[in-house]
Amino acid sequence: MTLKTKLLAATAICAAGAVHAEEMEVMHWWTSGGEAAAVSEFAKALNERTDHTWIDGAIAGGGDTARPVMVSRILGGDPPAAFQFNHGLQAQELIEAGLMLDLTDVAEAEGWTDIVNPPSLLDACTYEGRIYCAPVNIHSWQWMWLSNDAFEQAGVEVPESWTEFTEAVPALQEAGITPLAVGGQSWQQNGMFGVMAIALAGQEDWLAVNRDKNAEVARGESYARVFQAFADARDWSDGLDVQDWNQATNAVIEDTAAAQIMGDWAQGEFAVAGETAGEDYSCLPGLGEVAILDTGGDAFYFPVTGDPDMEAAQKELAALLLSPEVQVAFNSAKGSLPIRGDVDLTTVNECTQKGLDLLANNQTLPSGNQLLSPDTTTQLNDLMTEFWNTPSMTAEEAQERYAQIIESAG
Amino acid sequence: MAVASDEGRVSTSRTETAQARRPVRLFRNLMSKIALTPMILTAVVVFFGGTIWTVVYSFTSSGLLPRMNWVGLDQYERLWSTAKWLVSIQNLALYGILSLVFTLVIGFVLAALLDRKIRFEDTFRTIFLYPFALSFIVTGLIWQWILNPDFGIQGIVRDMGWESFTFNPLNDPDIVMYGLLIAGLWQGTGLIMCIMLAGLRGIDEDIWKAARVDGIGTVKTYVRIIIPMMRPVFVTAVVLITSGIIKLYDLVVAQTSGGPGISSEVPAKYVMQAMFGGQNLGQGFAASTMMLLSVVIILVPWALLEFGGRKRG
Repeated sequence: MTLKTKLLAATAICAAGAVHAEEMEVMHWWTSGGEAAAVSEFAKALNERTDHTWIDGAIAGGGDTARPVMVSRILGGDPPAAFQFNHGLQAQELIEAGLMLDLTDVAEAEGWTDIVNPPSLLDACTYEGRIYCAPVNIHSWQWMWLSNDAFEQAGVEVPESWTEFTEAVPALQEAGITPLAVGGQSWQQNGMFGVMAIALAGQEDWLAVNRDKNAEVARGESYARVFQAFADARDWSDGLDVQDWNQATNAVIEDTAAAQIMGDWAQGEFAVAGETAGEDYSCLPGLGEVAILDTGGDAFYFPVTGDPDMEAAQKELAALLLSPEVQVAFNSAKGSLPIRGDVDLTTVNECTQKGLDLLANNQTLPSGNQLLSPDTTTQLNDLMTEFWNTPSMTAEEAQERYAQIIESAG
Repeated sequence: MAVASDEGRVSTSRTETAQARRPVRLFRNLMSKIALTPMILTAVVVFFGGTIWTVVYSFTSSGLLPRMNWVGLDQYERLWSTAKWLVSIQNLALYGILSLVFTLVIGFVLAALLDRKIRFEDTFRTIFLYPFALSFIVTGLIWQWILNPDFGIQGIVRDMGWESFTFNPLNDPDIVMYGLLIAGLWQGTGLIMCIMLAGLRGIDEDIWKAARVDGIGTVKTYVRIIIPMMRPVFVTAVVLITSGIIKLYDLVVAQTSGGPGISSEVPAKYVMQAMFGGQNLGQGFAASTMMLLSVVIILVPWALLEFGGRKRG
């Protein structure tokens, strides 16, 4: 072979490569330490296992900051290759407007309907029978974190349920420990209310309110119980002026507060502080009253670009995100649960194991994000935080306004 | 071309000039008018176009994307039955009135003191103006720390031995707006002081001499003579302050995020929250239309009185 043909061949290979290798900009809001480590697993997988290149488009400041940026990029005709949203109704309008890539053929080729567990995750990605997003992890709100040491100081057993916890409250208060740590942000109070509603009103009534938008149930006796407990929780959280959820978690770590109701992401804070599940802290899924997890989380959406090469690359990425090795690497770093039941995480502690067991037994519920529109969620956030910070507002008053919001959402 | 032909006509025939001049008026100062065209277009298209578009879509049920789905006054009905919006309006009124009064008073008093030919005037001026160089975000964060009960003023005073001292505005729904007000005043008075100082420097020295000859006291001279003479300066200051009040947003976001609860919410934050947090454009548009309406009702008559009257006189 002459040099000339060699060069020609090399050029041809380069040209052929250039057609298929895409630079894929992926937008997300994972910027904290553990999150960044997790997302770099995706980047590594894409760079190493395909011809494409991962361009990181991280937006700091959380979902509320990032989502408008993403939406304006998509509407402005300069969409990223992929972007992260929470499961559920957040992207519904973009799908209706035909701006999202239909992933149904990837899902069929990869058999997503068989591997994604719980199936409700895939339902949240499905619109009119077509699949538009790739779920990547499961986060659940249904956890109460307890400081073993705080209960020891107060001379009571670490409770096994919300009922036992309420009995321990006087002893805790006597020992100068804030029974419940709650941050000042509205989503924390609303999320906590959701957990209490599932635990105290029961799964059936919770679904009737959140899925079927049944205002009668929201006005009913079971929800009155929830609001009463929520009002009690309001009194028990007095004396701790913190804003962020991790500051509240920190109060539990330092044993100045006895418990916090917060999603499984709080466990990362305990791990960073060097605490061990079972010894230093305990966890109660479903407040120990019901054995259930809600299954929220994150999913990737792929905007329509009109470029067939990019489309192929997007589908390749979608399949890659759900592949077993990537799922393990990502979720181990993030501290979330994998969306497929057939993989094992590398490190599993007592609390994560409890969560995995619940998933394996299909004791799951869809998350609030999947059932309620962002608009309704905002209204509920406002109501809950107003109630939380207005001691003169009664549980009955809050319940009536809650029922009205549910009514108007229906 | 039109100009050239017009000019030609003017030079050839005098009798035609009188008739020709009227339409020509449009072309007077042609260059400056051409130069202004982009700005006029921007104002008309962006401001008026955007405003009308927003008002029209506030009558729709637009969610994440604007859609022409007419719902009449539904968005407004919901707006005015929302506790958060009502609280926002009250907060803005409280903050607005207090901020306007205190900024003017403090700004003027500081300027008057600096104008008494004191030593180190430059130093003081720099110190007072410095906060204005900071954005509201930085201001908000600084004051969040200063007012933090554990590390800020309350913590320091308690460490010095006064154990029962309580100053925790950011966690008390009743007084949280005053916590914001302190930060706003700290940031904003410096600029107003400088404007006032410029106004004071513009007062002729002879006025002071005349007042002294007549035996009028210093304070009385300020109140009865100097302040009325500084009317245009005050107008400028009021316009600057009010526009700052209406768009109050970043300070709240940085300092309290609207909390505790909803007790420090403001209208601009409600708009942002509805449009981007709640994916409900229609509701956000309705709220911003109400903001526009309040500005129109309050500011336009005042501006007409202030600026329109002068032109005629």
